Amino acid sequence: MSDDRTIYLDGNAAAGPLSEVFAVDLTTAVAGCDRCGAVAAVAAARVYADAPGMVVRCASCEAVLLRVVEAPERMWLEMRGIAFLQVPVLPASPP
Amino acid sequence: MARTALLGRVTWRVATVVGDVAETATARTLRLQVADWPGHLAGQHVDIRLTAEDGYTATRSYSIASAPAGDEVEVTVEELPDGEVSPYLVRDLAVGDPVELRGPVGGWFVWRPSQLEPVQLIAGGSGIVPLMAMLRARSQAGGHAPVRLLYSVRAPDAVFYRGELERWRDETTLVYTRVAPPVSSRLVGRVDARLVMEACWPASRAPTCYVCGPTGFVEAVSDLLTAAGHDPARIRTERFGPSGGTR
Repeated sequence: MSDDRTIYLDGNAAAGPLSEVFAVDLTTAVAGCDRCGAVAAVAAARVYADAPGMVVRCASCEAVLLRVVEAPERMWLEMRGIAFLQVPVLPASPP
Repeated sequence: MARTALLGRVTWRVATVVGDVAETATARTLRLQVADWPGHLAGQHVDIRLTAEDGYTATRSYSIASAPAGDEVEVTVEELPDGEVSPYLVRDLAVGDPVELRGPVGGWFVWRPSQLEPVQLIAGGSGIVPLMAMLRARSQAGGHAPVRLLYSVRAPDAVFYRGELERWRDETTLVYTRVAPPVSSRLVGRVDARLVMEACWPASRAPTCYVCGPTGFVEAVSDLLTAAGHDPARIRTERFGPSGGTR
């Protein structure tokens, strides 16, 4: 099953740390890769979780989209690989 | 429930273990009670964090196994021999103990009760866990969506939820990769193109496919589904890793 490639997970795996920061589920958001221009759901990106933090890479060109590191009392989020995010906006709730 | 994804900041809270089930010799279901649990969608996961006395923490993601039910949520944990977190959760954590939990999270690998199209579930090993939540949620919703499950597992004694899966016997195909039961119509082997043809909805039914398992399994099955004509946009995947994010 496993070969020389580093094992990666889906973008889903980053949902926990990202939920600390974003009011919407960022894994269902669409991200544009700043390097190659590919546009895809964050959930479809590749997550490498073996580093001290999580590294989320573009599934098309492997460029780093974002990195997140969690410590007990703070976390760091770097997103310069993402050119834009598109998030769903829901209609108004019924009263 | 459709608004679960928009509940605002999700952060750590303390859950209490209120029950457990040994699924196999190395896997255990933990029933957790979480005050003010907002409910969840089948396929979502939780992060569980352990903190050592010196402050060192280790966090892993576990798929939710249960359908939404009040303030309780179940996860099934498979023990990894060199795991940092799973041996504690499988062997040491006792009923009555507290445990830190964050969730529910993830809105991509989910099945919603409003989905009425055919559903194809394909699990490798402990990848059955979120798919079990989907089967349970589907029953809870009245069982209208046509479903099929293809469950690839090492050996008969590694099958999770064995008794409950009998309920879906007609919808389920079990395939054993190492050891088959004494009476089995199937040979031992991996999921291949023929099995996808025989055991899964044809692409013409346009099922939504949920594939969960180790990375290599998910890659292989996704390729087989695409080769069988399934629309890649209807294939949702969740990979389990050996460390870090999952288990």
